[in-house]
Amino acid sequence: MIFSVENGCFSYPKRKILDHISFTVEPGRVLAVLGSNGVGKTTLLRCTMGLLPWKSGRTLIDGVPMEQMPHRDVWRRISYVPQARGPLFSYSALDMVLLGRSAHLGTVEQPKAKDIKIAKAAMEEVGVTHLMDKNCSKMSGGELQMVLIARALTAQPELLILDEPESNLDFKNQLIVLDTISRLAKERNISAIVNTHYPAHALKISDQALLLNRDEADFYGPTAQVICEENMRRSFGVNVSVHSFCVDEKQYKTVVPLSIAP
Amino acid sequence: MMGKSKKRNWPLSLLLVALPVVAALLCMGFGRYSLGIVRTLEVLFSPLTGETVSNMEWNVVFNLRPPRILLAACCGAALSASGIAFQSLFNNPLATPDTLGTTTGSSCGAVIALMLGLNMVAVQILAMVFGLLAVALTWSLSKVHGKNSIIMIILSGMVISALFEAIVSLLKYVADPNEVLPTITYWLMGSLASANFGSLLMGFPFIAAGLLIVYLLRWRLNILALSEDEARSMGIDLKKMRILVILAATMMTASCVSMCGKIGWVGLLIPHISRMLQGGDNRLAVPACISLGATFTLIIDTVARSAAAAEIPISILTAIIGAPVFISLLRKTGGLRSE
Repeated sequence: MIFSVENGCFSYPKRKILDHISFTVEPGRVLAVLGSNGVGKTTLLRCTMGLLPWKSGRTLIDGVPMEQMPHRDVWRRISYVPQARGPLFSYSALDMVLLGRSAHLGTVEQPKAKDIKIAKAAMEEVGVTHLMDKNCSKMSGGELQMVLIARALTAQPELLILDEPESNLDFKNQLIVLDTISRLAKERNISAIVNTHYPAHALKISDQALLLNRDEADFYGPTAQVICEENMRRSFGVNVSVHSFCVDEKQYKTVVPLSIAP
Repeated sequence: MMGKSKKRNWPLSLLLVALPVVAALLCMGFGRYSLGIVRTLEVLFSPLTGETVSNMEWNVVFNLRPPRILLAACCGAALSASGIAFQSLFNNPLATPDTLGTTTGSSCGAVIALMLGLNMVAVQILAMVFGLLAVALTWSLSKVHGKNSIIMIILSGMVISALFEAIVSLLKYVADPNEVLPTITYWLMGSLASANFGSLLMGFPFIAAGLLIVYLLRWRLNILALSEDEARSMGIDLKKMRILVILAATMMTASCVSMCGKIGWVGLLIPHISRMLQGGDNRLAVPACISLGATFTLIIDTVARSAAAAEIPISILTAIIGAPVFISLLRKTGGLRSE
């Protein structure tokens, strides 16, 4: 699936948020969306998915405008992973993951053995099988985030849209989430659009990056080009140093913040 | 715990069906004229077995008690089902027909119809229209920046309830103190004493339709309880689903209110107990809720009509039982988390 946005614009009554955004995500590719707090990253994701209407511009799935496609068809092909927030009612992890089958089932249909099999496979895929019967309202942030990714996979989508999936997680859980996104893209050809606060994470997993700016043109292109010292200073007002280094013959990149730019 | 959410649990389903039936048979024998379960069954099957029964026994088992028992079971099931539906819909364990203003709105509509001397169908319809109006007002009032927070829903529910309560008081104030006022006052306290097959037949289709909708959509209720974006990303038509559930729940509440006045607490208590027993998955909690609601109300109503020489209004009993149980429940589960 080729997923693209053409000249997407959005504004709240008093404030322009998104100005002529365009990007294309090809199968198995990962796009990272970066930007400072309040710049409109979540708004961009919501508009992209059609949860919020673009003021102008459009989202295309394989060249077909999304608003021309039936709602259910769209959500069989793309899947949304919100920021981990526990439900108020006590669903078990399996119940939660099963909800992902919704777009494939009729209005009064109940999930059947086949759907349960798919849900379990998705849980195995992201390594949360052991949480099957655990209550979602008693999970840690890391556990819940992985369960939500499993839920998204249960819809068997071609594209995952993730809103800051690794925020609020500890070191290890961040790595698990990031590795899972990379693996799904490489092995299963499931592309991803990921909002993140961490430039280093974008460098680690994404092929392309979209850096949103408050008052000027956004930066969009291959991640390694977008995340450079100059762009970081302009977007975040922070002087950074981008470092490359080698461990066990593998190339790694990191972004170290040095000081607030004057 | 393994397998609980995977396989159909036949013994449990059977138990849930059997519970209200057994309770109904037991309650049938209870009352001023006491029969006992064995004698009740003997009388009930006498047309088949040819057992000799007295006129009185026949009347009690076939004419006097069944409408009331059916009404109690129907209303209990309906109020509990609308409670669990509202709780999922508003993603709020405290949302019930009472807290959202539906009950007060419906009773306001019914009082207007009663004062105008309209027939039972009109009472039901007006009750439903006002019940919907109350939910709509609560919903729109609680929406701040496009989001409904739990606390705002409860607060605006209180405000809307108070508003309709005031209208009811005003109507009572101007009502004819000899003819209409006693009827309205006694009816508002909630009573199933006036039950007969005729009025039951009038309200039953609404309740049955509401129950069917909530039962069929029980898995989708799990999705409605998610945040708005999440629910929409599950590929459901959120607006249509919400309207359908609100209509079903309000229809049931209005029907109960117009048949037997306000019966509080059932819509809060029973869904919580069901979830404590079955977990949050509505696929299991909804059937349990319908069964337990019917059984609970049946038993309470039997106490109401047979505990004292004069009949005790049922809402007094549900409050006396409901409040302490609910407080202990809240303390045990630590408030909003319902498990």
